[in-house]
Amino acid sequence: MVTQLRERIEEKGTILWEERVRGGAHWSGIVRRGVTLRITDLEGGSNVSTLLFSAEDHLERYNMPDTLKAQHTAFLTKGFVCYSDMGRILCSITEDTCGWHDTICGVSNAAMVRARYGETRYQEHRNDRYQNAFDGLLVELAKYGLGKRDFAANINFFSKVTVEEDGSLCFHPAHSQAGDFVDLRFEMNTLVALAVCPHPLDPDPQYRRRDVLITARETGPAPADDPCRHRCPENQRGFENTERLYR
Amino acid sequence: MTYVTSDLDPAAAVLREVVPAGEPWMGIVKRGQRFRIVDLEGNQAVDTLFYSAARPEERYSAQDTVREQGNIYLTAGSRLLSNECNTMLTIVADTCGRHDTLGGACSAESNTVRYALEKRHMHSCRDNFLMALARWGGGLDKRDLSSNINFFMNVPVTPAGKLTFADGISGPGRYVEMRAEMDVIVLISNCPQLNNPCNAYNPTPIELLIWDAEGKA
Repeated sequence: MVTQLRERIEEKGTILWEERVRGGAHWSGIVRRGVTLRITDLEGGSNVSTLLFSAEDHLERYNMPDTLKAQHTAFLTKGFVCYSDMGRILCSITEDTCGWHDTICGVSNAAMVRARYGETRYQEHRNDRYQNAFDGLLVELAKYGLGKRDFAANINFFSKVTVEEDGSLCFHPAHSQAGDFVDLRFEMNTLVALAVCPHPLDPDPQYRRRDVLITARETGPAPADDPCRHRCPENQRGFENTERLYR
Repeated sequence: MTYVTSDLDPAAAVLREVVPAGEPWMGIVKRGQRFRIVDLEGNQAVDTLFYSAARPEERYSAQDTVREQGNIYLTAGSRLLSNECNTMLTIVADTCGRHDTLGGACSAESNTVRYALEKRHMHSCRDNFLMALARWGGGLDKRDLSSNINFFMNVPVTPAGKLTFADGISGPGRYVEMRAEMDVIVLISNCPQLNNPCNAYNPTPIELLIWDAEGKA
């Protein structure tokens, strides 16, 4: 099914660069306005804990509540956009083959990973030690002078957590299949920080390293007839706010 | 919905303060003290953040709180966790039934997105937060505004993933009471929002009460 979807979705834009990020590892970089970043779950069941900041002003960052309430949603998929706290759109989700990305459950941390998977140290395990997303993202943030104060609510790409009627959380294992991908078209110059670590609610007793491929393409920012722009009046206003930065 | 009442006597409180509609409040609650917020007239959203008084980079985390309790709604028994997964406060009494922590705080900028570009001038919780932090000093500023709690606010989420701001389930005199498990800085915006039902389109005052730890005069 994924193969069919991949064939159906036209590959847009020239590839600028491509990089494989190893499961367990962390990564960061600047993605320009007009570039679409495809994150592909190469093996299935991956989780990519992600933070987004304006590249020019790190005080402006991904805001989970503003993203959810503007679009009346508790999850992310194709057609939704990721809002900053300043009423602007950092990126739009222009394609998505797995249908649900979590943004309410936060990240794994050292104590959780140690309790669940056991103690691993660099001394014995080298680069196979069990890394966690909190520490991995803190390291990436520190490269830009950022720290715990800047660590706001994140996105967990490829993970599905639903909310039952009584408010309880339900993690869906094996949600993302090998080859599933999500396309993020950047509407602002953005600092992207990723940690490819297991979702904090993943009940799998084994620490699984599931690599992802990130592919940057030159696609241009949202056109006038863009479906994300016209998803709701809120997004039309969000794009207006965003485009004022670049006029 | 379950309700848990508190037997603490307001006359014995060491602090009783009414926060008018649309105003911020900032103060310290010490470990062991009880902190009560009273929705005096009903359906008033109270946007709230907590910081460790000793080390403010440790602060309330909505994501860690909902994940570790396995539920998005806060009520009696909920432990309010920090970004380091330590318990900052525990909700010990609640006569409203549930509180939101996904809806965040309104801002001038989010009002332009949610309602109209012409709404930018309207008063908002994040403007309140920024003013309170600026007055407080101590190095806290916009960087420190993370996802907050909305006491008394009703933000239901469906199994299909729809999220809405619904009519409130609170009423006059309902309250939520917490026990501080560490010394915390409390930052409140008594929400001024006029564009959605979070305050029943009519922001109203709240009362804050603090009691010393049991056994302490």
